[in-house]
Amino acid sequence: MIHTDGLTKTFGEAEHANTAVDHLTLDVAEGEVFGFLGPNGAGKTTTVRMLTSLIAPTSGRATVNGLQVGRDDQAIRQTVGLLTETPGMYDRLSAEKNLMIFARLYSVPDPAASVEKYLKMLGLWARRQDEAGSFSKGMRQKLALARALLHEPKVLFLDEPTSGLDPEAAKLVRDFIEELKTEGRTIFLCTHNLDEADRLCDRVAIFKTQLIKVDSPANIRQQLYGRRVVVHLAAPCEPAAAAARALPFVKEVQAVDNKLLVALDNPEADDPALIRQLVEAGAAIQFVGELRHSLEDVYLQLIEGAA
Amino acid sequence: MNIQRIQTVIDKEWAEVFKNRLVLFTVAFLPILFTILPLGALYGTRSAGGLGGGTDLPPQFLAMCGNLQGSECMQYFLLNEFLILFMMMPLIIPISIAAYSIVGEKTTRSLEPLLATPISTVELLVAKGLAATIPGVLATWIGFGVFLLAAPLAGAGSNVIRQVLNPVWFLAIFVIGPLIAILAVNFAVLVSSRVTDPRVAEQVSAVIIVPLLAVLFGQIAGVIVLNVTFMLVAVAVLIIIDIGITALGARLFQRENILTKWK
Repeated sequence: MIHTDGLTKTFGEAEHANTAVDHLTLDVAEGEVFGFLGPNGAGKTTTVRMLTSLIAPTSGRATVNGLQVGRDDQAIRQTVGLLTETPGMYDRLSAEKNLMIFARLYSVPDPAASVEKYLKMLGLWARRQDEAGSFSKGMRQKLALARALLHEPKVLFLDEPTSGLDPEAAKLVRDFIEELKTEGRTIFLCTHNLDEADRLCDRVAIFKTQLIKVDSPANIRQQLYGRRVVVHLAAPCEPAAAAARALPFVKEVQAVDNKLLVALDNPEADDPALIRQLVEAGAAIQFVGELRHSLEDVYLQLIEGAA
Repeated sequence: MNIQRIQTVIDKEWAEVFKNRLVLFTVAFLPILFTILPLGALYGTRSAGGLGGGTDLPPQFLAMCGNLQGSECMQYFLLNEFLILFMMMPLIIPISIAAYSIVGEKTTRSLEPLLATPISTVELLVAKGLAATIPGVLATWIGFGVFLLAAPLAGAGSNVIRQVLNPVWFLAIFVIGPLIAILAVNFAVLVSSRVTDPRVAEQVSAVIIVPLLAVLFGQIAGVIVLNVTFMLVAVAVLIIIDIGITALGARLFQRENILTKWK
């Protein structure tokens, strides 16, 4: 659905040139929620602007929904939805009027019906006549989401959709994104909220001017840290640790207080045998679970590595 | 060019800009003031018992009076001094609207979502231009219409009214007015690309009024006479400037420039 090949954007001339995006090559499949993660100034917004045909690439190619950036710009803008990082509204106009303007600009066949659909879906119907300037930040974000969806875009670019929202409003927006995911839309999500990316995204790209890593959060974790099972024991038990080390599929065992950290390739298959071995060795097992590194750990390690 | 998209943006501009009291005040107050001023001056000449014989008038102007008698020629001279006001209206009103519409959208960050729609740059520039130009030109024409209707009541003789309906005034109101409005809008676009406050944009853009003021003072001093030749030269010069400034405005008003180079 989205394909880039050596996509590059440089601002400025000659010795003052600043490369914001450097040879970005990636593919986003149809129906995928794709997280685009990177620090401030990494070039995320520039990438989104190129992919939404707002600015032209300096070099490289990109296609969105089969349309080529730089050649089919108007058609691209017709088929994608964009939620900008700071989505401005026409504050003196009502929520309904705000959406009607965009429905007409996108040549939506029945603008009133489309506006009603999304105002109701996002819980803003009762406030439709109120000026957008009187809305809270969360309501404005929902209104901006509605605006990005009016023309039923197949590809949706969301730039920091929950930035600055209180937890309740952020959850509402997140839930709505999950709902959009079930509709089969392709979502390109730029976010600093790594927990959000972990929950919503099928795959993430870690990006800082250049692409550092792209894969599913689980795969990236596994590649960086492998998989570990943590076994909580009632009391420290050295024979249990030794028994675990003796198993052929166990890669490493660490005993920390009354916990055993066991590195495995395939916990789903190997955990039953491991637990049996530990019990036979006299371990009093309280809980067993997988030790998960947060996406934040992964992100920080990769970004620091790139630096 | 998609007319529906242009119309949508114009509707939006008017719906939003005219909710701004400052802009509304400029659009409503100026035409009223600039129409009342010449009428008041005419009324003043009546209550003062008429004007002198007009022998002190510049000779080039006396030639324009044609068959008008002395006091009528003086009235016509007086009205000609105020003709500049009708040329200022299509300059000041579009500047106010354009400054608020473009810089206002920059400051509220509503320009990027608009640029992300399928509207073309030309459509957007035309829509913004028309939204700012039409009220200025219409207000000028309405003000001039009201002036013509009320002038007899304020003491203008029928010969003077007939003289006002000459090519000089026609060119000023119906040709130079719109050309000045186009100049004002594009100048406001240039200024808007460099500033972040609508009031600053309005004030800086107002610099463009200086040449008109120069004409006004030149006319008062008798150095300039607004005759057909002057008006035709002004039309030619304005067309050239408009073409240049519109091309410059269109180049500045590209998506990439707005998003990456505008302050």
